[in-house]
Formats: sequence, C-alpha cells, structure tokens
Amino acid sequence: MASRPVLAGLLRRLSPGARAAAIVLVLLAGPLVWPRAFAPFDPAQIAPAEIFQPPSRTHWLGTDQYGRDILSRLVYGTRTSMSLGLASVSISLAVGLPLGIAVGFYRGMFEAVVMRLLDVLMSFPGILLALVVITMLGRGLLNAMIAVGIGQAPAYTRIVRSAVLSIRELAYIEAARAAGARNGRILWRHILPNIAAPVIVIATVGFALAIIIGASLGFLGLGAQPPRAEWGTMISEGRAYLRSQWWIPAFPGLTIGLVVLTLNLLGDALRDLLDPRLRS
Amino acid sequence: MLRYLLVRVGQAVLVVAGVVVVVFLMLHLTPGDPVQILFGDAPVPKEQVEALRHQLGLDLPIGVQFGRFFLRTLRGDLGRSLVSFRPVASDLVRVVPHTAQLAVASMLLAAVGGTLFGIVSALYRNTWIDNSVTVIALLGISFPSFWTGLLFVWLFAVQLEWFPITGYGSVKHLILPAVTLGWYAGAVLTRLVRSGMLEVLRQDYVTTARAKGVPRHRVILLHALRNALIPIVTVLSIQFGTLLGGAVVVETVFARDGIGRMLVNGILQKDFPVVQGAVLVVAVAYSVTNLAADLSYAVLDPRVEYG
Repeated sequence: MASRPVLAGLLRRLSPGARAAAIVLVLLAGPLVWPRAFAPFDPAQIAPAEIFQPPSRTHWLGTDQYGRDILSRLVYGTRTSMSLGLASVSISLAVGLPLGIAVGFYRGMFEAVVMRLLDVLMSFPGILLALVVITMLGRGLLNAMIAVGIGQAPAYTRIVRSAVLSIRELAYIEAARAAGARNGRILWRHILPNIAAPVIVIATVGFALAIIIGASLGFLGLGAQPPRAEWGTMISEGRAYLRSQWWIPAFPGLTIGLVVLTLNLLGDALRDLLDPRLRS
Repeated sequence: MLRYLLVRVGQAVLVVAGVVVVVFLMLHLTPGDPVQILFGDAPVPKEQVEALRHQLGLDLPIGVQFGRFFLRTLRGDLGRSLVSFRPVASDLVRVVPHTAQLAVASMLLAAVGGTLFGIVSALYRNTWIDNSVTVIALLGISFPSFWTGLLFVWLFAVQLEWFPITGYGSVKHLILPAVTLGWYAGAVLTRLVRSGMLEVLRQDYVTTARAKGVPRHRVILLHALRNALIPIVTVLSIQFGTLLGGAVVVETVFARDGIGRMLVNGILQKDFPVVQGAVLVVAVAYSVTNLAADLSYAVLDPRVEYG
C-alpha cells in the first residue's frame, strides 16, 4: 500500500508545533517499549539511605519517600500510563466504531433506540461513567482500562454516527448503490475510508483524555495500585510531601501535562489537515 | 414551540428514568451475589446472608425489585449507608450545597474568563496577547486538575500563604478549588469563543454595522457576541457535566466535603447505596442542565425554528 509516502507527506504538512509533538511521541516509544534502557535505576528498588533526595547529578529528578529514583519510576510509568490510554482507546473504538457505523447507516428504530440509550449513558458525565464501571468491577489497572474505555465509548459512537450521517446521502454512495454494490461492500469500501479522518482525530484527542482519566483514577486510588509505577498514583503518593519535597509530585504531573499537550496539539493538527470542513 | 418544549421535556424524563435503571442495574450487573457484595468481603454466616436477602427484597423477581427501587427513589429514599448506617439521602442533602457552590463558582469563572479571553484573543489575533491566551488555554486543557490543584496549593497556600490549604466555608476556601476546576472549562470556552468571534466578525452584518458608524465596542458586544453566544451555551452545558465529573477529583485534592468525595469514599469502602445515590444525583443534575440549555436556545436564537 501507499501508506508510507502518504505519511511522509502528512508530516511535511504539519505545523512546527505539531511536528514537535510528533517527535515527542516518537521519543516516548523508547521508554514504552524498552524502559530498562532508559531508566538509570530499578524503579521498585527501596533505598532507606537515599530517601527524599532532591534532584541531583545521581538522581536527576530526586528520590521519593522510599528512596526510589523518580526518573526511573516515570520511565516505567510511561509503559503503565500509555498502555492504559492505548487499551482504553482501543476499547472505545471497538465499541464505538461498529456501533456508530451501524446506527448511522441502517437508521430507523435501531438508531432511535441506540441513541436514547447513549443519551442515558452520556448523562454520566466525564469520569462518572468510568467510576460506575470501577464500582462494578473493582479497582486495579486492568479494570481502569476497561472503565475508561467503556466510559468514553458513547462519545465515540456519537461522533462516528454523525460522520456516517454526513456522507451516507452523498452522490458517490448513491452511485455505488446504483452500480449494484451491496451494503457490506458500501460500508467497507466507501463509508469506512471516508470516516477515517474524524476517527483518527477523536482517537488522538481521546488518547489524551484517556491518559488524564486513567491517571485521575490512579490518583483517587481506584486505578493502578502502588507499588506499581504509574503517573497518577505517583502524584497521589507524593501529595503528602508537597510542602517540603515538591519534586515527588511535581515531575509526574509535568510528564502527564507534556504528553497530553503533545497529543492535543497533534489532534488539532490532524483535524486541520484531514478535515477541510473544520479548517478555520 | 410548545410542542418542541413538551417533546424535549418528555425526552429528559425518559433519560432520567433510564439513569435510574442504570443505577439500579449497577448492583445486579456486578459479578457476584448482591448480598455478599453489600457485606463487602467480610465472611458472614449463611443464615444472616439469607435473612438480609429477604429483608432487602433481593429474593424477589428482578422486575418487582426494580419497581420497588423506582418507587422509593421517587420518594427520595436512597437506602442506608452500609458503613455509617445513615440514610444516604440525608447525607447527600448535606453535601450537595458544597458541590453546587464549587460547580457554580467554577462555571462562572469559566464563563466570564472564557468569554473575555476568547474575545480579546480574537480581536488581537496573531499578536503576543492571542498567543499567550492560547498557551494558557492549552495548559488548562492538558494538565490534570488534580495536579494543577496541588500546584496551586503549593504556590498560593504553602509558599505565599494567601489561601487556606483545605476546608470549606469562606470565599477564601472556594477560590483555589474553583480556579482549578474552572480552568479546563474556561480553556475549552476560550478556544470556542475565539473561533466563533473570528467567524462572526467576518459576517456582512458586522461590516454593515461598522460602515454605518456604530462604535467598535457596540459592534463587538451587541452584534458579534450575541451571535457567537449560541455555541457557548451548548459548550457550557456540556462543560458543566465535565465540571461535575471533575469535582470528584478536585474535592479529593482539597479535602473538600461534597458529592464527589462522598462518591470516591463510597467506592473505596464498597458502600454500594452511597455510590448509587451520589451517581444518581450527579447524572440527574446533568440531565436537567442539558434540558435547560436546550430550552434556552429558543430564547437566544430567534433563527431556530421548532417543528
């Protein structure tokens, strides 16, 4: 397929900010895939002699209340937090994409019923639907992935549906139908490729949101559990030392902010690039 | 118009009924025996489990159980906490004002700040003012509120000692949590008002108004802003939901009593009736806000026709 030149072309057309964002994301792949290569210390190694070290040449970002190296925990936390985001976006897409397409394409009673159900689920705003799922499944990293994924799925379904609605009456769909194409073929060859743009954009921005919600669950003690290194959990653990050991909660928050900012910039850029109708 | 109102209100009633169904099903869709879930992980003698099952009506057919749940919810009876044994409804009545105060304060901050920053940003497009506003907005969207909240505590409460660190009561207790919570919604709004204003300022009626000599500030306030206001109402009503959800986190950061904190503690203590009650109140509040927003379009935008 011609995906490589297309991708290169996309990168060239990105704004400088978005290109920087793309580079940050590529850099994050390192700690994500191979944290051991990037972490100077064992993230779980408790060192009573090293507790509460401020940032120094040995411990670049300092150490926490157990003497664990914060940089190393951030590096390992990349894997936890990013896979939390990736897994939950995948879950949201796995639900929202087929359901949104089906609802937008077949319409009728089916659409009416599904949309009312979505109205109900979307009355649980923000993190609330994820909290409902956590209540039912219990705490933990895996359940947090499921909770965030299900929590965002109604929004994905709606966006996919409106994308399908905007193209289903267009001439080329009608032409395909006139040429004798069956529904399956129309869905696969004509609808799916043409809603790719909004789907890529919501997946990017949704990834950012999923990281924030996942970290919030960790912070509330409902997501990843200590001693696992996860950005939200690290902030929650470091909270007690805010007064004198500011570096313990500071760096995980900066990391989350940087990653989410990166994804948001990328999402904006992709929106401008892929969806000419939304271009300002 | 009247027909539209009735249909919209009817929809809202259906949605709220659906919310009650979901809240009811929470207990029954949770893997495991509902009675054991209510006991938590504590080992309980079998006779006691069966006695409680009967007492709570959990041995009845699920339809009957739902009917009972629905009726007692309508009466405002949300059951008793499994931890404190107090009625959930009366605890909710106690904490709702705290959360409402926080939500309204952050909403006001977001609405006023977002509109002002958005207008200024649009008027000074592509200058350093516009750029700094954009950066502030992007930071508000990207940094998690539980972290910005801690940052504010560290800076304004610990270092500068301008505000108390935690607690509830005076306006001083409210400012840091409200700013923390309002930043995100305000940032979303700023971006929207900016692009809305840029769009509207290009319209012919704005040019006409300027050409016939209407002063610039009048054009901005009366001609442009009013028309940029419609998407603002939509976004504000959606953001109000995000805000209610965000209150869960912010209340925890500032150790502020409220629905959010009650909910989180409920989940941590596996106190099912408390979780159900808190979730129900937030979802219903959000549905009512959405309804109010939809109805307000009729007032704000004479172009909208309702069939």
